[in-house]
Amino acid sequence: MIPKITFRDVVRTFPVKGGTFTALDGVSLDIADEEFVTVVGPSGCGKSTLLGMAAGLDEPTGGEVLVDGAPVTGPGPERGVIFQQYALFPWLTVRRNVEFGLRLADLPAEERRTRAQRAIDLVGLTDFADALPKTLSGGMKQRCAIARAYAVDPTVLLMDEPFGALDALTRVQLQDQLLDTWSQDRRTVLFITHDVDEAVYLARRVVVMAARPGRIHKIVDVDLPYPRTEEIRLSPEFSRIRNEVWHSVYHQSPAAV
Amino acid sequence: MTVVAAPENAVPARSTPRRARRRGVRPLVLNLVAVALGIGVWSLLSAIGVQGLPGPVTVADRAGELIADGTLAEDVLASLRRVLIGFALGTALAVPVGFLMGWYATARGLLEPYIQFFRTIPPLAIIPLAIVLLGIGEVPKVFVIFLAAFLSSVVAAFQGVVDVDRTLINAARVLGASDRTIFAKVVVPASTPFILVGMRIGLGSAWATLVAAELIAAQEGLGYRMQQAQLYYDLPTIFVGLITIGVLGLLMDRLLLLADRRLTSWQERR
Repeated sequence: MIPKITFRDVVRTFPVKGGTFTALDGVSLDIADEEFVTVVGPSGCGKSTLLGMAAGLDEPTGGEVLVDGAPVTGPGPERGVIFQQYALFPWLTVRRNVEFGLRLADLPAEERRTRAQRAIDLVGLTDFADALPKTLSGGMKQRCAIARAYAVDPTVLLMDEPFGALDALTRVQLQDQLLDTWSQDRRTVLFITHDVDEAVYLARRVVVMAARPGRIHKIVDVDLPYPRTEEIRLSPEFSRIRNEVWHSVYHQSPAAV
Repeated sequence: MTVVAAPENAVPARSTPRRARRRGVRPLVLNLVAVALGIGVWSLLSAIGVQGLPGPVTVADRAGELIADGTLAEDVLASLRRVLIGFALGTALAVPVGFLMGWYATARGLLEPYIQFFRTIPPLAIIPLAIVLLGIGEVPKVFVIFLAAFLSSVVAAFQGVVDVDRTLINAARVLGASDRTIFAKVVVPASTPFILVGMRIGLGSAWATLVAAELIAAQEGLGYRMQQAQLYYDLPTIFVGLITIGVLGLLMDRLLLLADRRLTSWQERR
C-alpha cells in the first residue's frame, strides 16, 4: 500500500550570510493512511520546515515529498494545516472562518452551512458560532482553527505546534478533544510539538529529531491503545515510553548540541 | 463571555468596563472645562487690551453677520467642495497604488522613488508650478489638495499590505485560495485599519493645504475670505475663518474615526 505521506531523502538548505544553513539533512519518513504521527525535537531541528513542505508552503532543496504517491507542488485543500498562532481571520465570525475554505470550493450555500455547522459542533463551539475571534480564549480560537481545517474535509491534517501557546490545563483538554474528533473522523495527522508528554499521548509513532543539521534521531512506537484516557496517561507503560522519548530528545549525541 | 477563558483573558475582560467609563465621561468633562478655560483666557487677553485682538463676543457677532448674509455658508461650501474632491481623488488613487506597491515588488521598485521624492516636497511648494501649468481655475487648487491627500495616505496603504500577517496569508493559501482571492479576502480586510489611518492623515493634509491653495486667485472660500480680511485688517473675520476651519476639520476627522470604529471593530484593541 502506498503511504499517505512520504519524505524521501529530504534536504532543505537556506542561504545565509557566508554560506548555507542546513535545516534538514536527508530525512526519510513514511506515514500510513489514518496514522497519527507526532514529531518532537529541540528548536532548530527543522520540524516545522518538514511540515511546511508537506503543506506545500515550502519546497525541498533535495529529495522529494509525496502525498498519495504524487509530489507536492503547492498547498491544497486535501491537506489541512493548523498553525500555532491560530491564524483565524479576525474580521470574520467563527462560522465565517469555518466557511472560508468551503466558499473557495464553490459549494452550494445549503451544503456549506451544513458542513460548517457540523465542524463547529464537532469542536464544541456551537454556542460561539457568531462570535468574533477577539472574544474567544486561546483554546477556543484553536478549536475554531481545527474546525476550519476539518470543514473542507482534508485527508491529511498538518498541525504545527497547535497547542504550544496554551496553558497546561487547556492543552490537556484540547489533546483529548483532538483525539476524540480524530477517532470519530479519522485522518492522517502529522503533529509537530516540543512537548514530550503531548507527543507520546497523541501518537502511534513519535519521531524524535535532532538539530544542526535537522535529521531524524529515532522513531519510537507507542504501543498504547486508542482511545487514550487519563488512565493511560498515568500508566507505567506510558511513563516508560515517555522516558524513552525524553531521553532521546534531551540526551542526544554531543554533536547535536 | 460565559465560558471558562484562559487566565490571561480574564484580566482585560474585567477591567474593560471601568476603563471605558473613565475614557467616556471624565475626558469629556475635562475637554469642556479646557474649552471654557481657553475662551476665558481669550476674553481676558482681549479685555486687558492686547493689540488688536478681538474678544470672543466680537468674533461671535461677526460670525452672526457672516452667517446672516450667507457669506460663511458660501465660503464653507466652496472650501469643502475643494477639500472633499481633492481628498476623495487622492485616497481613491492612494489605495490601489499602495496595494500595488505592497503586493508586487516590481511596482514597489518602480513607484517608491517617486513617492518618497514627492513626499519630501511640501505640497504648498508645488503651488507656483501648479499655477503655471494648470492656470488659475479650480484645477490647480484641487490638484494641490489631491497631491497632499494622496502622498500622505499612500504610504499607509502600502505599509498596511506589507504588514499583513504571513500566517493569515498561509492559512488562506492552504485552504486553497488563489492569489486573487487572498488579495480580496485577506489582504484588503487586514489592511483596512492602516488605510483608515492613512485616510485620516490624508484628510488632515488636505485640509491643511486648503488655505494656501485658495491663495491661487480664488473668488470664494474660507482661505480667500481670510486673505481679504487681512487686507482690511478685519481680525474678527480671520478668527471666524480659523475657527470654522478648525471645527470642520475636527468634525470630518471624527466622522472618519467613527467609520474606523465600525469597519475595524474586529480588531483586538489594548
